[in-house]
Amino acid sequence: MAAISDKLDAFFTEKMKEYPTKRGFLVPMLLYSQDEVGYLSDAVIAHLAKKTELTELEVRNVISYYSMLHTKPMGKYHVQVCTNISCMLRGGEEILEHCKQQLGIGHKQTTKDGVFSLEEVECIGACSWAPAVQVNYDFHENLTSEKMEAVIEHYRKKARQ
Amino acid sequence: MAELTSHPDEIKVVSKRFGKGATDIETYLKLDGYKAAQKALTMAPDDIINEVKTSSLRGRGGAGFPTGMKWGFVPKESAKPKYILVNGDESEPGTCKDRPILEQDPHSVIEGVIIAGLAVGAKQGFIYIRGEYRYLVDIMRKALADAYAKGFLGKNIFGSGKQFDCYWHTGAGAYEVGEESALMESLEGKRGIPRIRPPFPAVVGLWGGPTVINNVETIASVPHIILMGGQKFADYGPPKNGGTRLFALSGHINKPGVYELPLGYPLKKMIYDVGGGIPNGRKLKAVVPGGSSTFILTAEEAEQMNMDFDSFAKRGEFLGSGGVVMLDDTTCMVKFALRIMKFYQHESCGWCIPCREGTDWLKKTLTRFHNGGGLRKDIDNIKYLAQNMLGRTFCPLGDAAAIPTMSIVDKWRSEFEAHLEGRPCPFDPSAKITELPVVGAH
Amino acid sequence: MAEVKNVTITVDGKQVTAPAGTLLIEACKAVGIEVPSFCYYPGLALQAACRMCLVRIEKMPKLQTACTVPITDGMVVATDTDEVRQARKSMIELLLGNHPLDCPVCDAGGECELQDMTFKYGAAESRYMEGKLHKEEQQWSPVVFFDRPRCILCYRCVRVCGEAMDVSALGVQLRGSSSVIAPNEGDHLNCEECGMCIDICPVGALTSGAYRYKTRPWEMKHVGTICTHCGDGCKTTLGVRRSDTGMDIVRGDNRDKSGINGDFLCIKGRYAFDFFDHPDRLRQPLIRKEGKLTPTTWEEAIEHVGRRLREVRDSKGGQAIGVIGSNRATNEENYLLQKFARTVLGTNNVDHQRTADFAGFARAVAGKENITATMRDVASAPAILLVGNDPTERHPLLAWNIRNNVRLNGARLYVVNSQAIKLRRQAVRFVQIPAGSESKLVSFLNGEDAAAGSLTSAGASNDALKQLRDELKAQKNLIVIFGSEIQGADIAALIKFGSASGAKFICLGDYANSRGAADMGLYPDLLPGYTPLSSGQNFAEDWGQLPSGKGLSLAEMKQAIKERRLGALIVVGPDAPDDLGLELLGASDTFIVTLELFQEQNGASSPSRRSWASVVLPAASAYEKAGTFTNTCGDLQMLKKAGDITGIKSDFEIIVRIAERMGVDVRKLVPFGQGVRADMGQTRGAQSGEADRHSVWLAANGLEPRLSPFDPMAILDEIQRLVSGYELSRLNLLAGNDQHMHAAELSKAGAAAGLVQISPANDSLFTSGTLGRYSKVLNDVIESHRAPVNKEVMAE
Ligand SMILES: Cc1cc2nc3c(=O)[nH]c(=O)nc-3n(C[C@H](O)[C@H](O)[C@H](O)COP(=O)(O)O)c2cc1C
Ligand code: SF4
Ligand code: FES
Repeated sequence: MAAISDKLDAFFTEKMKEYPTKRGFLVPMLLYSQDEVGYLSDAVIAHLAKKTELTELEVRNVISYYSMLHTKPMGKYHVQVCTNISCMLRGGEEILEHCKQQLGIGHKQTTKDGVFSLEEVECIGACSWAPAVQVNYDFHENLTSEKMEAVIEHYRKKARQ
Repeated sequence: MAELTSHPDEIKVVSKRFGKGATDIETYLKLDGYKAAQKALTMAPDDIINEVKTSSLRGRGGAGFPTGMKWGFVPKESAKPKYILVNGDESEPGTCKDRPILEQDPHSVIEGVIIAGLAVGAKQGFIYIRGEYRYLVDIMRKALADAYAKGFLGKNIFGSGKQFDCYWHTGAGAYEVGEESALMESLEGKRGIPRIRPPFPAVVGLWGGPTVINNVETIASVPHIILMGGQKFADYGPPKNGGTRLFALSGHINKPGVYELPLGYPLKKMIYDVGGGIPNGRKLKAVVPGGSSTFILTAEEAEQMNMDFDSFAKRGEFLGSGGVVMLDDTTCMVKFALRIMKFYQHESCGWCIPCREGTDWLKKTLTRFHNGGGLRKDIDNIKYLAQNMLGRTFCPLGDAAAIPTMSIVDKWRSEFEAHLEGRPCPFDPSAKITELPVVGAH
Repeated sequence: MAEVKNVTITVDGKQVTAPAGTLLIEACKAVGIEVPSFCYYPGLALQAACRMCLVRIEKMPKLQTACTVPITDGMVVATDTDEVRQARKSMIELLLGNHPLDCPVCDAGGECELQDMTFKYGAAESRYMEGKLHKEEQQWSPVVFFDRPRCILCYRCVRVCGEAMDVSALGVQLRGSSSVIAPNEGDHLNCEECGMCIDICPVGALTSGAYRYKTRPWEMKHVGTICTHCGDGCKTTLGVRRSDTGMDIVRGDNRDKSGINGDFLCIKGRYAFDFFDHPDRLRQPLIRKEGKLTPTTWEEAIEHVGRRLREVRDSKGGQAIGVIGSNRATNEENYLLQKFARTVLGTNNVDHQRTADFAGFARAVAGKENITATMRDVASAPAILLVGNDPTERHPLLAWNIRNNVRLNGARLYVVNSQAIKLRRQAVRFVQIPAGSESKLVSFLNGEDAAAGSLTSAGASNDALKQLRDELKAQKNLIVIFGSEIQGADIAALIKFGSASGAKFICLGDYANSRGAADMGLYPDLLPGYTPLSSGQNFAEDWGQLPSGKGLSLAEMKQAIKERRLGALIVVGPDAPDDLGLELLGASDTFIVTLELFQEQNGASSPSRRSWASVVLPAASAYEKAGTFTNTCGDLQMLKKAGDITGIKSDFEIIVRIAERMGVDVRKLVPFGQGVRADMGQTRGAQSGEADRHSVWLAANGLEPRLSPFDPMAILDEIQRLVSGYELSRLNLLAGNDQHMHAAELSKAGAAAGLVQISPANDSLFTSGTLGRYSKVLNDVIESHRAPVNKEVMAE
């Protein structure tokens, strides 16, 4: 099995042409590969290292720098709760606490069924619409505990489909 | 989608197309879109730069550096390609004003990049958007594709015979990558470690070529300046602080949101008129004027400030990123200081000693302090550590961590004292008396 | 090159003049003002990470890092103000916050830059009250251990491994206070094991498996000597400590950066001294009694050898005795050996394993001036052509110099090789030619276009070859370096090509003193200094009558052994050829003496030599004696005695003693007791053992100047006098400096003497002939590199 889909690989090959060096598009490639595979597996790392003519060490150095990149599988829905200042002032910590309760997991943990993982994150640029949560890339804003509960239920249902 | 808000005092320049469907290129064109780029094509590069200088546009990313001057630093002749790099890493706590621009008016950014390119002689631009803003990346990708399809980008832009390419790029979670030299490293596919300066990016930037780096809002202001004329833009604000700016109000405020107000707008009016005041009849305690990296104002100070670069510079402080955060009197300032430090500790790139070790040490001490384990000498130690970071780190992130910390210790020392010796946090009804940790000599 | 202007700045009130662009930290150093630093390291990329070097520069808003600021005219700098001192102090405080205080058990304790800085600039009291990070120490390879909490993240290791070694096995992972140095294989290293990262680490974060917890730095004496492994001649400092069996070598490093190797040492120079106390080390002479080698006394052994050699000489003549010298013996020993052979045994049957055609090289450069390059030249020459060899594996220092010359000075490197050797990565042009076609390449360079036919391949198009030739011709001050692929007439042709544009040359041979062995006349047809037997008048005047006629070469000796024509054979050194065919001697009474380091030979073919020996004498390695080595470039350096093993003697002493037993006037062999150039103890290393032996002899013979025939310095006098090209400054020698010798250029070597047999050692980075087989470090490394890597194999 290929590390990433041919389609994604072809997309990378095209995008790489926009950069004067092979590694230019590396960070987005890592993120998009993670989106497809679920995490940055050894196979993905080896593939991208080859593609960018870097050592795997060098690719790992880059991966470990960026907080959105993971080398272990996460939940299908990654719930990221902002508790930075604007969210904290409007109940972000309560939202986090609520998520922990409802999901039964803590910071950087994944539910047994692999559906959810939880992470307390830094400012996600939703300060004026705080408190806010991102599930994968989707923003959920102006939250309350009730709304948060509904958000999680929504994804739980989606997972079952 | 970010909710849009508005207020009568607003002067809509950058936000004039918000809510009007301008992501669609046809709509954008109907709303004067790409006229500025075409106008710029008829102008001499120096005239474009002069127009921007006249506008007294200053960087909206936080540092407030005069944009026209920055462009003027780019050498005319360069063996290596020149680049325009748009900083859409927006990660400064309290700041969410680039997001509506990228969401509502992506073409204004592209158009700004084209004009910047014409001004400095660059043929390529990159728009870097933080990884979390994936939906904005998708919007930008479509906008770029549409602009290419129309011939506004590519080998022969607007039929002028000139070439200009513009690409999108995305981060993957790192505040430090918003720092301009770390941004370039990230765009080159590396860890976001800042570069040694000088040389500055305008001379040696991306892949060694001269590079103009501007914030999304700065770049999005440019087409408007070209169309309306620099002077008109400048006249919106006080001298040397030209134009309007998007202010993101958040925290304890009745009407949070992003508002476009002229520079120099009184902070008091911003809080009580535009923002509708403090909720639940509480009293204002403190204001973060422009993202977590700025000196924090007491309510009294806040009520006298005008929101322009020089009013803050006069006090040796910073206007910052446009993220205005209000704190009411229920807020524990020790906890607030801790939350800010937790952020910087998490986001320090770790390259230099004072930032890496200082943020870690401060986070640990503030945590212990907030949990009731604080000792009197910790208060001075916190300030000592912050002072020793200030001005000594490799990049301004260390300063950014030190500044709010120092101002909180200075201005709310009594709150630190209230936490001393095992006493519970006075702002947290559920907090209990903690046992003092045994603190030995190490 | 554009002229660099000098500028003048003021530092702490002192005027400093230096070329514009000099880094402030270096300019300060030049006038004795120390600006502290952790991350700054000359020759490596600037980091500005540790912030220790912050200074106040007038007109600048903030403190500035002296490690990154180039000086400009009129700059006014303060490095010693309260503000600067306070900044330094706080950096130390911040570092110590999370740094374990396990100095008493840390290998770096006593030679730790953080300790020193804390002492000099730090704070007495600690403000830190939080918990410290604890992590178990990790072993990354047989030689590299990593203690994470001790790491101060100066990134020196990462840079030296990447920039200077071109290995890039270390990286930085995670960020912020979690940042960590990481090895390339996740939990271990796959690298050249050079130990440069350990050496450059300012604290005890990277420590060496060979030295860990063995001793404290202040309990050692440090002896600067020359590495005994490859032919490059790195200076290595051996840390020695007294033990009950003599003097132990505990550690090797390159703390003395004045050597030709500057910052560099490879794994062998740094760690592979450990053969010296291998349990198999021979510590007593062995003599064959009733068919079995039996331990005996030195007295009996030497007596026996002396008597038997005399018998053979007197009964069968000198031509029945063969002498095989060593590529690992000192110049003095090899000189003495051939002198002994020619004047005492009366034979020219002298040779050694030739790993390069140095004689051919001498013939080709004879009479030319400024034609040989030094190892130091390689570090600064503007252009280099490398033909054959793989220096990364076989000449690590040479490779380092080439690599870093390219990196730091922009030297242009041209590589021609039959393999895709690693140095191609630094080359402006790499031309891959079929193995064995090196000769054709030389012809092609000399204008024979037709030769291109047998060179062209995927790696070398006709155009590429022409371009190579054209570019090479245009290079000024080129250095041409060639391996043993080029021999005899090809050497002459290559020199003809290069010398047309003023190039200098290096001929690559293996082993620490193969060049010295050649220079010292271990040839059947050449006296020292590549002097043909027919032109050896000055030697004859000094030594008396010399045997006439060319002696047997190594190959001919083998033939003579086969035909049982030899009555006696002397074999010196651990790496003498194994394939002498001694087993063919059967039960003959050929008398065989070998000078050996080890008792049990675990190497594949070695037993043959020992199992047929009549007498085996336990000899000293290069780390246990004094003398000089000449590296492959012709650079001469001094060995100092470091280790000491009871029961062994240097080859030098053994030869002198044998000669004495044969009834020779030892004064004729070793002109001791004359002149003022005597060793006044300088060569005797860190202990008194050897000095005692000198005095024993002197006392016994009533000779008063403190000199003995075991003093190699005495024969160095003669070498200096008789071997042209070996004029050297004794002062420089004793100071530990390298001096370039010109034996090849000044030789009178005549026409080539038929077929030469060159057999390179073919050692790799992790092997070193017999010595390597007895080195635990090298064996461990080979083993660990062989171990199956537990890695998921990607399914495609
Ligand atoms: C730690 C740090 C983070 C920053 N993050 C951002 C950011 O997210 N967006 C931004 O536009 N500028 C950011 N900046 C400022 C940039 O370094 C740079 O000054 C700015 O992009 C220049 O654009 P401007 O002149 O248009 O403001 C950051 C600076 C620092 C020191
Ligand atoms: S101040 Fe230093 S450690 Fe902090 S982010 Fe900047 S360079 Fe990195
Ligand atoms: S030596 Fe200058 S910052 Fe480290």
